[in-house]
Amino acid sequence: MTSEPLWEVFVRPRRGLSHTHVGSLHAPDARLALRHARDLYTRRQEGVSIWVVPAAEITASSPDEKDSFFDPAADKIYRHPTFYELPEGVQHL
Amino acid sequence: MTPQPIELADDALVAAQRLSEWVSRAPTLEEDVALANIALDQLGVARLLLQSIGDEDELAYRRGDADFRNCLLVELPFGRSRGDLDFGWTMAWLLYLAAAQHLRYADLAEAGDGIAAKAVKESAYHLDHASQWTVRLGDGTAESRQRMQEAVDEIWPYTHELTEGIRERWLAVVEPVLKEATLTRPQDGWKPDGGRKGLHTEHLSYLLAEMQALHRAHPGVTW
Repeated sequence: MTSEPLWEVFVRPRRGLSHTHVGSLHAPDARLALRHARDLYTRRQEGVSIWVVPAAEITASSPDEKDSFFDPAADKIYRHPTFYELPEGVQHL
Repeated sequence: MTPQPIELADDALVAAQRLSEWVSRAPTLEEDVALANIALDQLGVARLLLQSIGDEDELAYRRGDADFRNCLLVELPFGRSRGDLDFGWTMAWLLYLAAAQHLRYADLAEAGDGIAAKAVKESAYHLDHASQWTVRLGDGTAESRQRMQEAVDEIWPYTHELTEGIRERWLAVVEPVLKEATLTRPQDGWKPDGGRKGLHTEHLSYLLAEMQALHRAHPGVTW
């Protein structure tokens, strides 16, 4: 049963937050992947919603492209929203 | 008819002990955790029910097999003989058990029972888990289908005692799963019982010996 496909698991910790990658698991299909994810990653009330995605369906950036992908953003501080006053009461920003 | 609390408690306690045999031996790590979760759910309900009746340790560890009131189904080994550990067999067993437990807990929860209100959500998940696997193994390969049909057939007689008083409603839950799994619904015939009166198979004695050995050797021991 090691030939079962790999699934990546995303959990939304609570309403208002985004789904976050928490790990992966093996399962024969999507429905069982969701159930395994429930057992493996939400045992201690970690979430209110789960996504499972076939790992084979994910297109990832390559470590070789790291410099051209990410370094150009390093010296562009004007892209950060740090020139604004933060309104009171705003969370998760 | 309403089952006695000790009957529901012993069903859950013996089922928990039986399911724990899978820990570290399931086909995949994911399934290992799932089965352990289900075993712990069963143990949790058993403890709450036993606490509502008396001293839980006394009831769990100091009674002999003739004092247990579980149905025969929960004490059966996971295969034809003692020590067997067949996954399809376990899923057929869990399908039958969880369907019955879900109906019983739902009735009690509706009548205002707090323990059942917690248990009914857990048993819904156990039922779903067993249903998923029954369909996949029944409607799977030639071998998985044959083994699933054998398990479904072999355990069927013991479901009469399990479902006393809720048979029709239980069939309405189980039959569609068997149908989706392309399995043949077993014929009714032999109806072994006696568990509710303390007349058990030899399998319960072995199970209790393992479960109670530590407490009997060291009475009152704590972790």
